[in-house]
Order: sequence, then C-alpha cells, then structure tokens
Amino acid sequence: MTRKAVALISGGLDSLLAARLIQNQGIHVEGINFYTGFCVEGHTHAIRKKDKDKVKRNNALWVAEQLGIKLHIVDIVEEYKDIVINPKHGYGANLNPCLDCKIFMVQKAHEWIKANNFDFIITGEVIGQRPMSQRKKTMPVVSAESGADDLLLRPLCALNLEETKPEKEKWVDRNLLKDFHGRSRKPQMALAKEMGFEDYAQPAGGCCFLTDSSYSVKLQDLWDNRGHKKYEIDDIMLLKVGRHIRPEQGFKLIIAREEGENRFLSGYKNQFQTIKTVSHAGPLALVEGEPLNAEQLKLACAITARFSKGRDEALVSLEYRNPNDDAHQLDVKPLAAKQIPQDWYVA
Amino acid sequence: MKQTVIELDARRLFCPMPVIRLQDSLKQQAAGSRVKIFCTDPGVMNDIPTWCRINGHRLVSSLEEDHEYILVVEKGPDES
Repeated sequence: MTRKAVALISGGLDSLLAARLIQNQGIHVEGINFYTGFCVEGHTHAIRKKDKDKVKRNNALWVAEQLGIKLHIVDIVEEYKDIVINPKHGYGANLNPCLDCKIFMVQKAHEWIKANNFDFIITGEVIGQRPMSQRKKTMPVVSAESGADDLLLRPLCALNLEETKPEKEKWVDRNLLKDFHGRSRKPQMALAKEMGFEDYAQPAGGCCFLTDSSYSVKLQDLWDNRGHKKYEIDDIMLLKVGRHIRPEQGFKLIIAREEGENRFLSGYKNQFQTIKTVSHAGPLALVEGEPLNAEQLKLACAITARFSKGRDEALVSLEYRNPNDDAHQLDVKPLAAKQIPQDWYVA
Repeated sequence: MKQTVIELDARRLFCPMPVIRLQDSLKQQAAGSRVKIFCTDPGVMNDIPTWCRINGHRLVSSLEEDHEYILVVEKGPDES
C-alpha cells in the first residue's frame, strides 16, 4: 500500500528538500500552500514598474513542478485574521505571529489529510532555523496544538526529535532522514546539490510581509487610527503600495510612486476619495478617512502636488473626487520637502 | 455544439488569488469544461500555465490585451 503525505510548500529550499526526501522513500507526496494575504509572493513586483523585469513566478508552484507533485493552494485570508489579531504566543520582532501561524497551518493541513485520506504531514522545519517558530522547545508545541501530534514529520531534522508515527510504523526509514539544526544553510545547500537542485528561492523568513518592520509599522498605524485591530484584504494590500503620509489623526494619503502603482490605486477610485494632479504629470493619491474639510483638502493637495512634476511651480492644479460627489478642481502651491515632517511618513 | 465557457473575473487580484479562483471554479466542473479568466496581475501568465501543468489541466489560450491577461483553461481528467 502506497502511503500518502502532504507537504507544506512555502516555495523555499527547505520544503523542497523535505518533500523530495520523502518522495525518495516511495511515498506519494502532494503539496499544500496557504495564502494569508500577507504573502510576499508576486505582489509588489506585480505592481511596481521598476520590478517588471524580475521573474514573476510563484515559488510554491515552481517547487511543486520541480518535485513533479500536485499543489493545492488554500485561501485562509479570513480565518487567518484571528491569528494576526490575537496571537496566543505573541508576536516576533514585528507583527509576525510566527508560532501561531505555524500551528494554524499545520492544523489546516491536518484537517486536509483527514478529508483527503492522506497519512501524514511533512514540513521543511529545521531546529534553530528561526528564532520564534523553529526551536527545539516549540516543535512539540506545534505538533500538539495543531492536533497533528505524531502525524507531523520534519524530515530535515527528524533525527533530533522523537520518532513520529510514519517512522514507528516503518512507512518511512528514519535512517534516511536528516539531523539538520541551526541557522547555517550549508547542509541544505549541500543536500540540494546532491539532489540535483541548482535553482531555488532563498526566502528563509522573507516570505511574509508581517516580518517586515516598515509594513508592520503601517499595519499598527492603521489599527491605532481605527481604534481596533480589524482589517480587510484591501487594507493589507494597500499597505504594500505607495507612500503613506498621515498629516493628522483621521486621514492618511496613499500616494503612488510610479506608473504601476498609479494604475493599481486607480482600481480603488470608487471606494476612496482621490486626488490627482491635472496641470502636471503626477501621482494619484487615495485619501483614507472621512470626507476632507476645506483645510484638510488644501493640505492633502499641497502634499500630493509635492510629488508631481510641478513641485517647483507656484501653483499646481489638482482634481479632487469623492466617490459620492462630483469632482472639482483646486489650485495649490506645492509643499516643499522640508514642509512635510518626517513623522508624517508612516513607515 | 458550441462549448459553454465559464467566465471568471480575477481583475485586481494578485497571485495566487487568481489561481485559487480558477482552482475552486474547476473543482465544480466536469472534465473537459472550460473557464476563461480575466486578470490584471501579469504573474498569472506564468502561474496559471504552471498550475495547469502540475495539476493535469490544459491551457487552451492566453493573451494580453490593454493591461489585462485573459486565459482559457480546460479541466483535465484528473480530480484536482
């Protein structure tokens, strides 16, 4: 009887190697990848023109193709909100709830194997690789709190851990598993070479926007100004785009930095107040907050004009549009760079 | 007989969301059914063909038109 395992595929090297180690033992492996909304994959280079020459590949799909396995991509955006907002084990250096995230993903994988008649779960975790979620002390926490218990096998560091069911039942040969530990990537790179993998992504923690300090500051600012920690998918997408400038409590400008971002932000014209320079080439700005009063509008236009080609002119014309009202035009003097205090920039 | 093609709007969604929409739509269809998906993330021109190859579906066509990416996929015989 061929045993079946599902591998958590992030798109990085470790999950690639872990899956191949198990495939090499005659196990049928399929991949599972979870989309949280915070995944770095694809997003910013899909928007920004300057990144247009980068390879636009989804590394999880690419890894699955290298392994010759199916990949199931699961949208967990809604369920994941509770992990981000109320992490039982707390945040890491930024707003990254890494341990809760790992527990949640293994829990979802456990539900998946039960629904699809698979036998066990594998991950590319390595003891000591990450400061929060991949420590010897936290590995049993992930197994226990996810409900997967001994159905969770970590092939790259299994020899440093207690035997799991797949090993006890001899579905896999424990002697062919690894004892990797620590932050060094050398053992993984050597194994990749041995397996014939030459091209692979190196995310090692960089696959989630929540590990990014600038992104986390913007998310915290959003929560602080709303007075609660809720968010919608559009909120977290917009935090990835543009300059974020908050001149005062209650309204924030999201100003496009280039053509790709202009096009992206224009997709939100029907949801947000917008400001656009009309006398000169310039950015589109979204206004997040209540409808602006006359003074706020003048300030918002002067800031937006600062980032247009007319920044050194005496006056720049801009169009302000509220989705519920007619557009109207204003002429303002652009602010000078030094007139925009650094603490208005949210980052 | 003209084949019915289901249309999916995945504009303004970033990868992998268009792939997920396509995956979830095809799950509801019989083998041989076709889905036409409209996207704005250029990443789909790489991701959807890759997803089709690994999951046993057929990419019938793909084209770029005025910053939109339009792909037609036919569901393969395997359950995915």
